Amino acid sequence: MNTGIVRRQHAHHFATADQEFSASKLGMWLFLVTEVLLFGGLFVGYAYGKSVYPAMWHEASKHLDWKLGALNTLFLITSSFTMVMGVNAAQRNKSGEMNGKIVGYLVATIALAGCFLVVKYFEYSHKFHEGMLPGTHYTYAGVQGANAHYFFGLYFLMTGLHGFHVVVGMILLSWVLVRATKGHFYSEYYTPVEVGGLYWHLVDLIWIYLFPLLYLVG
Amino acid sequence: MDTPNGYWMPPAASTVAQSVDDLYFVIFWLCVVFFFIVTGGVVYFAWKYRRRHADQLATQQIGHNTLLEATWTIVPAILVIWIFVLGFRVYMDLVVAPGDALEYQVTAKQWAWDFRDPDGCSVPGELHVPAGRPVKLTMRSDDVIHSFYVADFRIKQDVLPGRYSSVWFQADKPGTHAIQCTEYCGTSHSAMFAKVVVHPPEEFANRAQTFCKVTVGKEHGEKLYKNQCAACHTIDGNRLVGPSFKGLWGREENITGGTKVLVDENYIVESIRVPTAKVVEGYPPAMPAFPTLSNDDIASIIEYMKTLK
Amino acid sequence: MNDHAAHAHDDAHDVPFLEDGKGWKSWLFTLDHKRIGIMYLWFVLIAFAAGGVFALLLRLELMAPGKQYIEADTYNRFFTLHGAIMVFLFIIPAIPSAMGNFVLPLMLGAKDVAFPRLNLLSFWIYGIGSIMALSSIVFGGVETGWTFYTPYSTNTSGAVVMMTLSVFVLGFSSILTGLNFIVTIHKMRAPGMSFFRMPLFVWATYATSILQVMATPVLGITLLLLVAERTLGIGIFDPALGGDPVLYQHFFWFYSHPAVYIMILPGMGVISEIITVFSRKTIFGYRAIAYSSLGIAIISFLVWGHHMFLSGQSAYAGMVFSFLTFLVAIPSAIKVFNWTATLYKGSISFDAPMMWTLSFMVLFTIGGLTGLFLGALGIDVHLHDTYFVVAHFHYVMMGGTVIAFYAGLHYWWPKMFGVMYREGPARFSAIIVFIGFNATFFTQFILGTRGMPRRYYNYLDQYQPLHQFSTFGSWIIGLGFIIMTVNLLASFKQRVKAPANPWGARTLEWSIPSPPITHNFHKTPVVTEGPYDFPVEGQAVSGAEGKHA
Repeated sequence: MNTGIVRRQHAHHFATADQEFSASKLGMWLFLVTEVLLFGGLFVGYAYGKSVYPAMWHEASKHLDWKLGALNTLFLITSSFTMVMGVNAAQRNKSGEMNGKIVGYLVATIALAGCFLVVKYFEYSHKFHEGMLPGTHYTYAGVQGANAHYFFGLYFLMTGLHGFHVVVGMILLSWVLVRATKGHFYSEYYTPVEVGGLYWHLVDLIWIYLFPLLYLVG
Repeated sequence: MDTPNGYWMPPAASTVAQSVDDLYFVIFWLCVVFFFIVTGGVVYFAWKYRRRHADQLATQQIGHNTLLEATWTIVPAILVIWIFVLGFRVYMDLVVAPGDALEYQVTAKQWAWDFRDPDGCSVPGELHVPAGRPVKLTMRSDDVIHSFYVADFRIKQDVLPGRYSSVWFQADKPGTHAIQCTEYCGTSHSAMFAKVVVHPPEEFANRAQTFCKVTVGKEHGEKLYKNQCAACHTIDGNRLVGPSFKGLWGREENITGGTKVLVDENYIVESIRVPTAKVVEGYPPAMPAFPTLSNDDIASIIEYMKTLK
Repeated sequence: MNDHAAHAHDDAHDVPFLEDGKGWKSWLFTLDHKRIGIMYLWFVLIAFAAGGVFALLLRLELMAPGKQYIEADTYNRFFTLHGAIMVFLFIIPAIPSAMGNFVLPLMLGAKDVAFPRLNLLSFWIYGIGSIMALSSIVFGGVETGWTFYTPYSTNTSGAVVMMTLSVFVLGFSSILTGLNFIVTIHKMRAPGMSFFRMPLFVWATYATSILQVMATPVLGITLLLLVAERTLGIGIFDPALGGDPVLYQHFFWFYSHPAVYIMILPGMGVISEIITVFSRKTIFGYRAIAYSSLGIAIISFLVWGHHMFLSGQSAYAGMVFSFLTFLVAIPSAIKVFNWTATLYKGSISFDAPMMWTLSFMVLFTIGGLTGLFLGALGIDVHLHDTYFVVAHFHYVMMGGTVIAFYAGLHYWWPKMFGVMYREGPARFSAIIVFIGFNATFFTQFILGTRGMPRRYYNYLDQYQPLHQFSTFGSWIIGLGFIIMTVNLLASFKQRVKAPANPWGARTLEWSIPSPPITHNFHKTPVVTEGPYDFPVEGQAVSGAEGKHA
């Protein structure tokens, strides 16, 4: 790991480094808006299904293990915390003394994301085993009520799309991590850490909505 | 066939049609006026202020005029709200069926319409109604979304699978009117024609002895053919989705799987009841079942097929 | 805000951008917004030609009832492809990505867009999505219509998954371009350029970009759900599995209605530019036009149900959507009046860009007015899913956006390529297209009111004369576009050099050479006046190059 920092010039289509940082943040916020709208469609599908099949919904949700869901929530909330600490470390990094801390917090964030995915793996494999598969592959008979596959179909779509975003987040943060080890981020430039953090917070936030809607509604 | 209601509209053959057309022409003339204001303005200004020499500049630089802008915001706003109200009123007439309407059942499927009157009478491809009485159609689809449209009545309604939708009309004069499907539904979407036949009341009252009476025979078979089979089977020898009926009766056909079959009564019955049992080689196993066809219906189709040499 | 640091360096990049690097790699891996814009331009022009060919093939089959030369299934594939290609490969990217990319940074006095690499990625995504869409032709074709209504689309055979995934991919290109433009407009305006000194094309692009960023993701999730429906049988849209086909329509139109404003707003921006320059007159109602662009963008999210009045949604919902639909007409009407008033007391020339613009004024007015019929519940019942709708949307999308696109192409062609085309054939082609367009599509209003349904391969005999006339019109349109294309391409051979400002315009892109250098401006300009400050007769002419650095 580099103990110093590598200074960089702002991209020269920008007039100042401030303009570049400000532009990058606005760009990431706009991207997050698109993500909210993307997931929004699934939330609408959820609202529709719940309004048409309220009893089945309630019952089906009971077949999700809320304790595992809560554990995952804890993992992600903590990872958001470690992410914030990482950004903070970068902001305070004058000449490389905080490099280790930045790297450490990023490692923690990614590790917690990994724990999230491990729990999800166990949840998914249990469901496949029970036959609670999406759509026409659904064979589980344990939920009363017509069209129980609908709930589980949405469960897989919502957590699946979310899980995909967790994986993408892990890849992005790993790249940021590699650059951090090389001393690329310091108080005057830490944009990738900042915007990576913004993305990661959204991933966390979406889960915070998914958890009660899927696990606690039963 | 009635006369069109002017240049733009088909015959106004239902009780609401005239009010729909009146609404159309209110909007139409409003549009004509505004079109001429705008186009007139553009043409007039373009001509009057045309550049006569290369260096000519504008006479005046006018960037805004509050009174003018307020006027052309508020006046159109009032006009469009007025049109909304008119449109809404006509719409209420279109969707609220009178309480004493005769209730019919309609089924849409790829690619035919099935109509059943309150007594259960069903004529293939034809909706028979009495003149001077409101008729309400409760409709369902067997497969994909279709849409029931009678241009002469100015009525239309999507027909959905898994759900009922309804539409109503009252025609006061006897006549025949085309029914067209207006929601794309596949290959023969544009061949899904049917017709509304409006009868004088006495004629309608007599229907059990006339058009509702099913005489087994080739005429009935031909009607059934047109309504249920024509979308996929021609009678002129050309291949469509399935084999042509021309010369089919009595022929020996090769079946997918290698065997042969004689096209006789039994084969026709089997093809209609269990369509995928013996599929002619070279054709897809695409034929649906026809649960609404009775044994008499099938016998009639067979009689008709025998005439197609 | 930002100090106007004079980047007087890098003389290597002070060459015209077209010459700054040769070979396909210098184009495919460029970060220059102008080159990216031009690459988009060629792609969308090819897409327009392909979509147009399908249109001509369709109209040929419709010359008479019954089969003319193709089967129903082939016809259905053709109209699906015509719609999908025209909507997703041509009209949505055309003005924003081909022209916006080129012109936006120049108009703002910037060196590039905010995220040049993201811009290049948008282009690659567009290329990949286009190839995927066209490959669906090979993999079984699609005949669902570009709207993919369920349950037909979830159950029919064919390359529906490939086509929907390709549209999903194309959507990303649209989103990322919109995102890039919003940040560019907010962060990279030259010193002195307040929001109300921006050209109206920029305002239009801004409103469009907001729609791209907010609406397209909803299409994304809709298409993913459709793919999930087909591959996994999820069942949210299929009644046989407990779902609702009308829910699909709500999802689809929630994007696709704002999408039509993504299509028209940039066109309106182009018209605002051209009508001022070719009247040598300041725009009438600058703020009204700017605000109405935003107003249209916002209200466009509230009217999607007007595509669904007969779908089985409640009459109450229909009422709300109808009312809001009429409201969205007002800002568009305001723009049309403002443009007309801009001509007043101007000095009007009839160069090719203006010919196309005047054509737009007539055709878009008709298109917009005919929307009133469709917004009115009582008459929409009769007109829905008939040729009246087809005529309406062709008047606004083609008579509006396509015409505006070609107006813009003729306007910025000298700036992009440094050459002038011949005026005569350019004006002539505009007239031919105008005539052919009305012949083709006005006829279709009549077909519609008389009850002719859309997406029909076959039809009742009584509609034949009008169909035939419409088909003849389509050939005239084709002829007009061929003349236009040959004329534009010939400019590369004729090589008549274009001056920096052939039209006497006052926006920043005309203050630099034609074509511009790679870095656009030697020195960041300082803006001290609005974009339409034309002099009047008798005023000392400060020259069109005026006060820009």
